[in-house]
Amino acid sequence: MPPKTMFEKIWADHVVAEEPGEPPIIYIDLHLVHEVTSPQAFDGLRDAGRKVRRLDLTVATADHNTPTWDLSLPVTDEISKKQLDALDRNCAEFGVTLYDRFSPLQGIVHIIGPDLGYTQPGKTVVCGDSHTSTHGALGAFAIGIGTSEVEHVLATQTLRAFKPDTMEIRVNGELPRGVTAKDIILAIIGKIGVYGGVGHVIEYTGDAIRALSMDGRMTVCNMSIEAGARAGMIAPDQITFDYLKGRQFAPQGDDFDAAVERWKNLVSDPGAKYDKLVELNAAEIEPHVTWGTTPGMVVPISGEIPNPEDAEDENTKDALTRALQYMDLKAGMAITDIKLDRVFIGACTNARLEDIRAAAEVVKGKKVHDDVYAMMVPGSAKIKQEAEDEGLDKILIEAGVDWRIAGCSMCLGMNPDILKPGERCASTSNRNFEGRQGKGGRTHLVSPAMAAAAAIAGHFVDVRDL
Amino acid sequence: MDAFTKLTGVVAPIDRVNIDTDQIIPAVYLKSIERSGFQDALFSSWRYNADGSDNPDFILNKEGYRNANVLVAGPNFGCGSSREHAPWALRDYGIKCIISTSFADIFYNNCFKNGVLPLVLPPEQVREIMDKAESDPGIELTVDLVAQRVWDESEEISISFEIDAARKDALVNGLDDIGLTLRMGNDIGDYESKHNL
Repeated sequence: MPPKTMFEKIWADHVVAEEPGEPPIIYIDLHLVHEVTSPQAFDGLRDAGRKVRRLDLTVATADHNTPTWDLSLPVTDEISKKQLDALDRNCAEFGVTLYDRFSPLQGIVHIIGPDLGYTQPGKTVVCGDSHTSTHGALGAFAIGIGTSEVEHVLATQTLRAFKPDTMEIRVNGELPRGVTAKDIILAIIGKIGVYGGVGHVIEYTGDAIRALSMDGRMTVCNMSIEAGARAGMIAPDQITFDYLKGRQFAPQGDDFDAAVERWKNLVSDPGAKYDKLVELNAAEIEPHVTWGTTPGMVVPISGEIPNPEDAEDENTKDALTRALQYMDLKAGMAITDIKLDRVFIGACTNARLEDIRAAAEVVKGKKVHDDVYAMMVPGSAKIKQEAEDEGLDKILIEAGVDWRIAGCSMCLGMNPDILKPGERCASTSNRNFEGRQGKGGRTHLVSPAMAAAAAIAGHFVDVRDL
Repeated sequence: MDAFTKLTGVVAPIDRVNIDTDQIIPAVYLKSIERSGFQDALFSSWRYNADGSDNPDFILNKEGYRNANVLVAGPNFGCGSSREHAPWALRDYGIKCIISTSFADIFYNNCFKNGVLPLVLPPEQVREIMDKAESDPGIELTVDLVAQRVWDESEEISISFEIDAARKDALVNGLDDIGLTLRMGNDIGDYESKHNL
């Protein structure tokens, strides 16, 4: 047998049927559902008189629309409330397990999947959300799908999917102090561009990846979609197994040990061929800051805003010029001269315990700059509790950071947390598209430590200098 | 699902790279629980001024382009989110075909579920259509998926294209994916028993 990549093994293990000239039918082990991309899918089932095939493999939560203020306060946005109510109704009618905004297990869908032990190595995972790529950090094949496909998975527990190509991104060497998983993935996107990964599943390899915690690995895989990739994956290892052990919905006892033995076989065989290879040296990666309106418009903190005149083609020149205009920045400006109005620490990219710890460590004993409003939105109710058990909330609150309840929040501004036109934000989320955090808002993507440092200084600073 | 066979309509050019799903339809419009009615939300940040009036500089507000049925755009169209609201908004506006050199994967898949053809052409052919659409407001293209050809009335543009046979078949026949897969119910059941699922 020729050597296989991890992705090829998982794919081969999930093909239900394959007809010539048709996309293969792939079995789905875990279907995560949220309120935004599911109402029309449930309507479709209802109209056709269909049921959810596997309720035991389907889990729903409310995250995108949920306010991050006190739970005793009502949802004031009537349209958001309607969507949240629709999820309640649909889950009740079809029998789907739902962690609503009051559940202790509620949270951002891509945070709770791994955190509760639902996401496991070797599984196929789908969700009507592009950042489903996050789950690949555990050695799962996890992809975002549209609402029609959500309906297809609900009805059949399978997906008709064309097999993607494979890409290895190898990050060798040791990360310098103060440089994080977020900086690795921003550096990767800076290198391969926002469509460098289109049509491919990325497997991240190399000692810098192996050295990351699970929280860090999830940050890397989360932004695979920002490079255009179908999915991102990291081979499971002892760090993965230690992470999963004892989690509520992971196998328990002897079943866990047996699962670990299976999971160990998932890793790519020596000599397995990928369709593309990209290499980075971790030692050369600095903290990164995006300056423009795609995640690929990114520079190291020591860098400056690029000049469109230096662009290699007209299309790029136009895009850079437009981005400078939208972001109200000038070519040649130092990144550290960019002043901020808001800081958002949260989102499925960076709202796990390690991220909260990193932010707390930076702001401890300091005060948020007078010109800045900073908020920290934990990824789940459980993580919020864990952070509070460690006293991280107190450190953040004393520094002047607003401590919220879990949700997607200002990553995409579907709840009341949005930027006003012209406001500039250091954000640990994953997209800096025009208007992403509110119409006219300006987003700079950074790591939690860099966001926290910017909150104190009122402008970007190199977290390594603190 | 809706079928797509052949379409003749006005082409609107948006010569930008990486047109993301937040531009096609911002998240604030995703709160609807309906499957249609998204036409006014399409490109809303670019299409409307702060006071809600039409931005006269945006292509779909310009004379000749308002009734566009075909869009020609820069590479990596539809990057970003998995929101199917993006093809829904295009379709609801009347845009049933988007021509580019490349599309983001999830957006590309979503189009086929909604009778929208995302047509990949080589850079020089996309440029030819872009230039023609920019210099000749209101020019119509015919996109024939069955014959795999695109042309304008003058035949100055006359392009044959390639497309995956399975995707073409699904779109031309408006196939119901779920119905087709459910016919494989035994295979799914066998898979589940074999894997103790």
